[in-house]
Amino acid sequence: MKKNMNKNYFEVLRPGINSTFQDNGRNNFYHIGIPFSGAMDNRNFLLANTISNNEINNPVLEFAYQGPKLKYIGENISINVTGDVNFKIIRKNKNLEFSCYENIILENNDCLDILSTNRSVYGYLSIGGTFEVDYYLNSCSTNTKAKIGANSGEKLEKGQIIHLKNIKKILPKNKIEYLNSKIENIRIIKGPHFDYFSKDAIHSFLSDEFNVTKLSDRMGIRLKGPKISNIKNTNIKSEGLVKGVIQITADGDPIIMLSDHGTIGGYPKIGVVITADYDKLVQIPPGSKIKFKEINLKDAETIFKLYEMETQNLISNIK
Amino acid sequence: MIKNISNLGDAALYCDFGTEVNKEINRNVINYFNNLRDSNFLGITNITPSYNKLVISFDLKLTSFAKLKKQVENLELKKNNNSKNNLIKIPVCCAEEFALDIKRLQKLLKINEAKIYETFFSKNYYCYMTGFIAGMPFLGDMDKSLFAKRLETPRVKVPKNSIGITEQFCNIYTFESPGGWNIIGKTPVDIFDNKKNTEPNLINPGDTISFYPISKLEYEKKYE
Repeated sequence: MKKNMNKNYFEVLRPGINSTFQDNGRNNFYHIGIPFSGAMDNRNFLLANTISNNEINNPVLEFAYQGPKLKYIGENISINVTGDVNFKIIRKNKNLEFSCYENIILENNDCLDILSTNRSVYGYLSIGGTFEVDYYLNSCSTNTKAKIGANSGEKLEKGQIIHLKNIKKILPKNKIEYLNSKIENIRIIKGPHFDYFSKDAIHSFLSDEFNVTKLSDRMGIRLKGPKISNIKNTNIKSEGLVKGVIQITADGDPIIMLSDHGTIGGYPKIGVVITADYDKLVQIPPGSKIKFKEINLKDAETIFKLYEMETQNLISNIK
Repeated sequence: MIKNISNLGDAALYCDFGTEVNKEINRNVINYFNNLRDSNFLGITNITPSYNKLVISFDLKLTSFAKLKKQVENLELKKNNNSKNNLIKIPVCCAEEFALDIKRLQKLLKINEAKIYETFFSKNYYCYMTGFIAGMPFLGDMDKSLFAKRLETPRVKVPKNSIGITEQFCNIYTFESPGGWNIIGKTPVDIFDNKKNTEPNLINPGDTISFYPISKLEYEKKYE
């Protein structure tokens, strides 16, 4: 090991609202109650590491709404930010503006201020190198509920130091042209308890607008709208959940399970968001309106193939 | 046996073993779970057993519902593959400060405290599933005389390691968490150890649990 390994670091001047280290997530632990976790917006996570010429599963710093303000100490380093994010670098008292989806150089004593995500929720900071973080069950993803993963399972805190290692030589720009399109229509597949709800309730579920409430986080999105009335039972015997499941609570409100969700649940499942729409779903901020559209499994599989092709296409067009 | 396999979204299988909650059905679920864990079918990301369902999620880049469904249907089961399941003994301290709901239970069940504990400790419990929060075991079945409703107003914070009962089930709160189960004691043993990097959970689906009482003194000793 090099003696000067820890000479590159960030000091956290402001932690942001919900800043955590994430990677691809944890597989195969649902049966002991540990959710998948991992970066919420999978495509933006992938693009961040790709621009940094990193391994796909390298840890990134995920932030929500307001991001962190970080002071950098060390040799010049390439960094990039993905998402729809407003950020600046303060260098010798000057504010410098940059764009997302390209490598920029951070110098000693620079201050990276990630101000906000624009009409979206999550953004990502990746570096040409590696954040020095703890791993737990094959992943560094922080789960603040089980207190596992990087940073002892906690969000970033003010004043803490983030050590960096394996700093790469300054990288090419690696610019990707990508516009985070917003969606209002979320495509879903019928869930196993579709018939627990009245015809009117289903009609309303598939045609009315729902509000994304403030009670939304990495565990789930709570919606408010017309009450979805249940004609069978408002509870089921608890059973396994997956990302994107839409449960209807006893109050008749939909709640969508996201990456840190409880692994089992006892509310009827009216539908499941298709995999291809997940990245866009998690980016819908509170206060927005969404609508559900039902499609079949075959179409969902085709749409996922297109989503994958689009991702690969973005990566192959790096400039 | 699996009665029906349907899709839960585009990236999970929903295997239905029936609607009742009993050990026979659950043993079937766990048997499939154990066999599937050994199967190495491509693309499986998680397998979640519960009372009478098994949810298998997969990576849509690597496999599909139709492919995996066929594999699960054709899975050759090693019978009673429960070599992974153990008998685990859990100490419980029932001191007043830990048995938060024992007074309520006496009133509700019309049995005295001694009898409640005698009945509770006389049985072995079967772990139907673990989850909701990391490592939390759902154990059953309680003796009928101890069937009790949940609290009308759930506690905002149930202390970590509390033992709770409701209806035919009991569980152990592996983390401080909100909850509405009737709390009858506390164990000094960490059921989920988030410092342990392999098998952080003490109890797995299919395991058998026997509880035994310990004094406050023993509790404090174990905690040291």
